Amino acid sequence: MKRVIPGWVKWPQLDIPLLLGLLLLMAFGLVVLYSASGEQMDVVYRQATRLGVGLAALLVLSQVPPHILRIWTPWLYALGIVLLLATWSVGVGRGADRWLDLGLFRFQPSEIMKLAVPMMMAWYLHPRHLPPEPVSILVSSAIIIVPAVLIARQPDLGTALLVAVSGGFALFLSGLQWRVIFGMVALAAAAAPALWLVMHEYQRDRVRTFLDPESDPLGSGWNIIQSKIAVGSGGLTGKGWLNGTQSRLEFIPERHTDFILAVLSEELGLLGVLFLFSIYLFIAGRGLYVASMARNTYARLLAGSLSLTFTVYVLVNAGMVSGLLPVVGVPLPLVSYGGTSVVTLLAGFGILMSIYGHRNFIR
Amino acid sequence: MKLRHLTSSSTGRPLKDQFLEGRQFSARALTAFLIILAAIFLLSLRYIYLQVINYEEFTARSITNQVRIVPVAPNRGLIYDRRGRPIAENRPAYRLELVPEKVVSVEQAIDRLGLIVELPDDALEKFQESQKRYRNFDSVPLKFNLTEEEVARFAVDRHQFAGVEIVPYLARYYPYGELLTHVLGYVGRLDVDDLNRVDEGNYRGTTHLGKDGIERYYEDVLHGISGIEKIETNAQGRILKVLERENPVHGDDLILALDVQVQQAAWDALAERPGAIVAIDPNDGSVLALVSKPAFDPNLFVHGISSKDYSAILAAPGRPLFNRPLLGGYEPGSTLKPFLGLGGLESGVVTAQDEVFSSGAYYLPGVSRPYRDWKKGGHGRVNMLGALEQSVNTYFYQLAYDMGIDRMHDYLDQFGFGKPTGLDLLGEKSGVLPSRAWKRGQFEEPWYPGETIIAGIGQGFNVVTPVQLANAVATLSNGGTRYKPRLLYASKHAGNDQADKVHAPVQVQVPVTDRANWDLIQAGMRLVVHGERGTARAIKPESGFEIAGKSGTAQVAAQAVDEDMDESTAQHLRHHALFIAYAPFDKPSIAVAVVVEHGGGGSREAAPVARAVIDAWLSQELAQ
Repeated sequence: MKRVIPGWVKWPQLDIPLLLGLLLLMAFGLVVLYSASGEQMDVVYRQATRLGVGLAALLVLSQVPPHILRIWTPWLYALGIVLLLATWSVGVGRGADRWLDLGLFRFQPSEIMKLAVPMMMAWYLHPRHLPPEPVSILVSSAIIIVPAVLIARQPDLGTALLVAVSGGFALFLSGLQWRVIFGMVALAAAAAPALWLVMHEYQRDRVRTFLDPESDPLGSGWNIIQSKIAVGSGGLTGKGWLNGTQSRLEFIPERHTDFILAVLSEELGLLGVLFLFSIYLFIAGRGLYVASMARNTYARLLAGSLSLTFTVYVLVNAGMVSGLLPVVGVPLPLVSYGGTSVVTLLAGFGILMSIYGHRNFIR
Repeated sequence: MKLRHLTSSSTGRPLKDQFLEGRQFSARALTAFLIILAAIFLLSLRYIYLQVINYEEFTARSITNQVRIVPVAPNRGLIYDRRGRPIAENRPAYRLELVPEKVVSVEQAIDRLGLIVELPDDALEKFQESQKRYRNFDSVPLKFNLTEEEVARFAVDRHQFAGVEIVPYLARYYPYGELLTHVLGYVGRLDVDDLNRVDEGNYRGTTHLGKDGIERYYEDVLHGISGIEKIETNAQGRILKVLERENPVHGDDLILALDVQVQQAAWDALAERPGAIVAIDPNDGSVLALVSKPAFDPNLFVHGISSKDYSAILAAPGRPLFNRPLLGGYEPGSTLKPFLGLGGLESGVVTAQDEVFSSGAYYLPGVSRPYRDWKKGGHGRVNMLGALEQSVNTYFYQLAYDMGIDRMHDYLDQFGFGKPTGLDLLGEKSGVLPSRAWKRGQFEEPWYPGETIIAGIGQGFNVVTPVQLANAVATLSNGGTRYKPRLLYASKHAGNDQADKVHAPVQVQVPVTDRANWDLIQAGMRLVVHGERGTARAIKPESGFEIAGKSGTAQVAAQAVDEDMDESTAQHLRHHALFIAYAPFDKPSIAVAVVVEHGGGGSREAAPVARAVIDAWLSQELAQ
């Protein structure tokens, strides 16, 4: 592709369709947030600021060539592990030791791992022969499992799951044999009862409630029931923006964070939900397209697993809000109110942009 | 996909082939995208299932979430006396309510509330009992009539008590207290048993209902019709706005025929003595006064009486809970004589001129037992007039003997003796008007002649209630029209300016054979007060109007009846003093029956009470 840009101008090489998709999603998210926050403009401003910070991170990362990222990768991963261990001793937070107070701001080390784990996987698999051989598979598993276990112990099952899944996607995209994949799935199914035993009581409660929400309609089942009522009563076209009764009257729990999709479903109906899904699908598809255009293994695997992980957020959150999945703290990406996940996600897309921008360089 | 690998000659392992890896990646990426597509498709099906297929169910649940339908209790009708004095009011008060659903532990909440608000020991039990008629998300009253201090204290700590609220309401108040207890009755906390007699739906928002007296008898008109409010609440149950309101129809205001001033005069005239007074307007059967003494403060029952207060009432002398005018059975004694005398004249057994010689004792043929006069040595020769004036027993022994018990029964029956008068209060007793048939039914025994003789002076089996007696006097005074006595004079429908008068239905018109007979009996009763030898001449008014009356004494213990008993007789052994009267003599507007329990002689103890009642009434009437 020939470009008529003077050589001395270093324009950021951005994937415009992907960027437009992200901007559309964020704008739509802010509109929903305005309603979900009870028309609090300051909440919208704060979220917009975060999105701005995230976009800045996106722009910065888009200028860092993938081979530089690759050099940083092991150090970033190591830093993430060290910080996770640090939260054990000095973590702050409501019940869960997820946060690290760095003086200026509080910080969730597990967020680093959302990027560091797929990066590390790509880094590790990059020079290896693919599809991965048994030794590679074992090492890869260790790369995934160590941080996942550390995060799950915090306890933050949702993030642990997302981190593990992002690493798993790298393995999947590297061409892991199907028989190995099915073998692992079977193993995981067999391990489920063991998982139950090591789960925290509140995590078990969530699973129990998920299996039968009506058993405790005022306690832990409340969230799922009220969320389903909100979604269902939205109907095809919704009750109208700012008109959701379930949301206005505070029946929806966490209505501007994890359950913001319930507000959207109630006010904008099935059409709003499908519109949102389309944007996500477009972004994921575009991300995979960018990945497949990359010229080396590291870039491909990283871009691919980041795109796929993004969709997992959507699937888990939408499944949770509609009562298909247990309540795990997974936000609706770029729509839910909340700081670090927005920045991490946009940083991830910055890496995608970089891979897109440097697709023609082979290192 | 079949891939042919290039192998390294030194290690025998395949070399990395970027092109092949790229194709492999693209294949995997496509697979992954298809999986995502399938997942999003399934998720969309879930949303279609919720939002399209189950749309109606979830919409309904969202509306029930948001909208609560709460009953709006109507205001209870007020009650006035005939001069417009309020005798049952509604006063603004506060009550404490608790929503069981919103409270983690009712026991704990009550324990903690007990520190701020004075709760009775059995608050929890009572709460649990009343909770039965509410749904779990309804507010259940916990304590009524909070003091201002309690309201203030709760307001300060309110944030600690989710699910507990202070609710303003109208509390019933009886400004005259015990004076009207046995007329008005009282309202009390609605309990599960009460639901059998009211329409549960209409009482959803109601906490109190009439338990006794007028409050109970006219419960359905006093209560009104419950309204409905549709309110929007948030998840915490806080009311955000009223969406729709169907106003309640407030209860009817009642105007009683009763005159508080007459009631008060009657009450005061009894002083400390237990007794009963009933005054009726002979012109329409209106009950002007109905006193039962002692009584109790009905306001104690409105907010739930404490067991301490209740045992105090039970332990009080003179049985304050006992409604004497309705339930009290008394021997009529000589107060029955005018009615018997009239029966004798009307049936032709005696004439006005017939005389009987009173020697102090009367004997049945062949029986040695004497039936005494109250005056030693007797009254000499007397006709009907004299017999009434001086209450000559012998005259009426002879009359009873001549009439026979069944003819006496049939005649007195027309004056309403022996059956409830139909007054608008519940639980009225029948009394006893004896006859051969009655005695056979009651005891399976034949009638003995001696029993007829004492029935002639209202003793033996005869039992009357004060209401019966007053109504019979009213009937006698108005020339034979017997009304069903009414406490209710008029009722005012909510929203109407004018009250509608209630007419006491005529029960019976006693046949009049000869008007002169009635005049004669009435003249005899006039002589009781105005005659020179009248037994109650002490209460004769100096001027203005004349009173007709008749005294009586009801035996308590089996002993001979003297008209005036000895002061030294022990209080509880003394006879009950009775007096019946009506006034003014020429145009009666009040008929009274007075019972002073253990008062002794009727003329001395009961007659002044009757006079006080008549004075209070006539002074009111003259003032009009």
